[in-house]
Amino acid sequence: MSILIDAETTFIVQGITGREAVNLTRECLDYGAGAKVVGGVTPGRLGRDVHGVPVFDTVAQAVEHHGGPIDGSVVTVPPAFTKDAVFEAIENGVKLIVIVTERIPRGDVAQMVELATLRGARIIGPNCLGIIVPDVIKMGGIGGPAKNAAQAYTPGPIGVISRSGGMTTEMSSTLSAAGLGQSTAVSIGGDAIIGSTYAELMPLFEADSSTQGIVIYTEPGGRMEAELARWVTEHSSRLPIVAFMAGRFMDEMPGMSFGHAGTIVEGKEDTASEKIERLAQAGITVAERIEDIPGMIRAKIAERGSGALGATAGAAASQGSPA
Amino acid sequence: MRLFEFEAREIVKRAGIPVTDYGFTTNPAEAAEIARRIGGPVVIKSQVLTGGRMKAGGVKFADTPDEAEAHARDILALEIGGHMPRGVLVDPKAEVEQEYYAGVVWDGPRKRPVMIFSPVGGIDIEQVAAEQPEAVGRRHFSNILPFSGFEAKEAIAASGVTGSAMNKLVPILTRLARLFVENDMTLAEINPLGRLADGSFVALDAHMDMENEARGRHKQLLADLGVGEEETRQAREATPFELAGEQVDAQDHRGVAGNVTEFDGNLGLVIGAGGGSLTLFDAVRAHGGKPANYCEIGGNPSVSKACGLAKLVLQKPGVDKIAVMMSIVSNTRVDIVARGVIKACLELEMDPAEKIAIFRIPGAWEEEGFKILQRYGVEYADRSVSLNEAARRAVEKIQGVAA
Amino acid sequence: MRADGTFIAVEVEDAAASDSELARKLTDACPVDIFATNDGGGLEIVQGNLDECVLCRLCLDAAPAGAVKVIKLYDDAALLA
Repeated sequence: MSILIDAETTFIVQGITGREAVNLTRECLDYGAGAKVVGGVTPGRLGRDVHGVPVFDTVAQAVEHHGGPIDGSVVTVPPAFTKDAVFEAIENGVKLIVIVTERIPRGDVAQMVELATLRGARIIGPNCLGIIVPDVIKMGGIGGPAKNAAQAYTPGPIGVISRSGGMTTEMSSTLSAAGLGQSTAVSIGGDAIIGSTYAELMPLFEADSSTQGIVIYTEPGGRMEAELARWVTEHSSRLPIVAFMAGRFMDEMPGMSFGHAGTIVEGKEDTASEKIERLAQAGITVAERIEDIPGMIRAKIAERGSGALGATAGAAASQGSPA
Repeated sequence: MRLFEFEAREIVKRAGIPVTDYGFTTNPAEAAEIARRIGGPVVIKSQVLTGGRMKAGGVKFADTPDEAEAHARDILALEIGGHMPRGVLVDPKAEVEQEYYAGVVWDGPRKRPVMIFSPVGGIDIEQVAAEQPEAVGRRHFSNILPFSGFEAKEAIAASGVTGSAMNKLVPILTRLARLFVENDMTLAEINPLGRLADGSFVALDAHMDMENEARGRHKQLLADLGVGEEETRQAREATPFELAGEQVDAQDHRGVAGNVTEFDGNLGLVIGAGGGSLTLFDAVRAHGGKPANYCEIGGNPSVSKACGLAKLVLQKPGVDKIAVMMSIVSNTRVDIVARGVIKACLELEMDPAEKIAIFRIPGAWEEEGFKILQRYGVEYADRSVSLNEAARRAVEKIQGVAA
Repeated sequence: MRADGTFIAVEVEDAAASDSELARKLTDACPVDIFATNDGGGLEIVQGNLDECVLCRLCLDAAPAGAVKVIKLYDDAALLA
């Protein structure tokens, strides 16, 4: 089981003929059960195909060709055109949009997010690597070529949410090596405004019975971690959370730009130490090192309920996942 | 990208918000001219991007044009917060009955801009919000619907202000909201917004930040304001090392070699991706290492770009060795980065095995990458070695302690 | 003809090297511009780009079997298959 996507999810790739999109499309087709990439959109290239995926001029043509609503879209269109592409997807009934593109002005992002909310659609990203359900499906470049993704990601009970694409894979790989696979891993993007924050994804993980614990990657800057802490406290979540935070040295250099767009440290509220404090108060443990994460999340899951891990491991085994 | 006060005021003026009859100059004699034209007491204000101008002596009152000239001369030579002024503003000293605050800023978690208004202006709004919360009105507004006056009215009402002041303020705040959206600002503040004896309002100061990602959309405005394309407006001016880093990144569009920041240690870092750089930098310091720099490689860099960055770091005075480390990579190629960093050593007539303290990049094309590293005797680690452990080994090696 | 970079060398059989149709094909195929055609339509190898080779095999696919060899100098001169 998973959140957001599963083996049946259909999606298109907007900007499919671009260098990155061509690779990503191949990877999604090759990974797991093979994603149902039902079309690609690059204006002017109707009639071509990319690795067997038909290319259209418009999302509407892709929908018509598919014969019904398409679940999702992976958007790789350059920043000047991303808003238009995302609006097009939303207005043609697409409900889950993964935006890979980076450097989009936040005014545009805010507009995309607002339209999505109005239409009951969800955005993941921008500036993200997408979503992966280990051994089943991936939507985006996350994990790289199928062989590499299969090395890092294995099915299991941990939901992973990360503001950095590379760190999603690093943490998941560490968890996999410790025998703790992932139910779903989501790279949510590093910008100041994103479509889905940690707190917004929590209810989805909460409702997914295969998820027993959550691991997040976070950086200083922004108030999403405070939002998560608040959500956890207000909702008495059943899911224990372990966070890894990078960029602690930034406490010493305010005003510089490091890491992601959303990581400019301004004002006391955003420093690493204060954030760690706030998370701790909500029962979210912050790991000092990535290699400590598996032990910590395992302990917290055991604390919460007896046999939770055992039940999940059993369920995972019966689905044919590696031991 | 931070804008100078004189630039922000110009934008405010263009938006149709009343401003004082100020002048901007880099010349003390001209400051006297402006003061003469204004014909009354003036304020001379240093134009720097850092705060604390008043305290540092960068804001002075002048009763006569001669005084204005003298103050301008002093202030133009006064360094504040490590910055020299771009010029000075000569501002008429306004007869203000009350100072207000009006600002628009992004609210990340709410994903909308928020208008903030208060009848307690002239001081730090954060302080007012803490001490007199009922005097601060906030109104988030839509980014899809065009801004409408009633949204400004609600922000004003929430701060307790009513009467004719409200009606005069609504159009001003509306113009402020629109300029925020139209110019891709991340912050647009008028503090103080002054109310004069006749009931009219005038902007006495303005502070604006434009989003870097959006600069390309505002070339004409920035050109009009005289903002150079190469200006980054960081808290600290870029060093030659950092500028050289930007050149390496700019010379080749394949992949990213960015955010090169200078420190003064002996361990050069060629690190990435995304959060990997932050994590590795933390880890190096946690283990007592002294980084010579920070940087971020990512995307799919060419051999040439990886080589350029590695060479830059290797040649930095004081660098004994470099560590090449990244979190597991999906679209960056291990073998391409390996070629790049080894080539850098060879071209500088350095031994890769000696100069590269450790190479830790697992992921795409790692088998090929490991062959290259083996061939040149470079110590490398696969994914079974954590980022933290790789950093520790790098520090240990450079400190000369046996592993 | 043969040219060597630090990590990659490329060798093209003489007969193939003077085939201008093949020269054009190779120039089109290579995503990192290792091949170029000179004014006479003959093939040239761009020395400075050899080390950018991404092992994509598009040149091997474009040429007759054995006409083009891509040599991995870091792997005991193993040939890209």
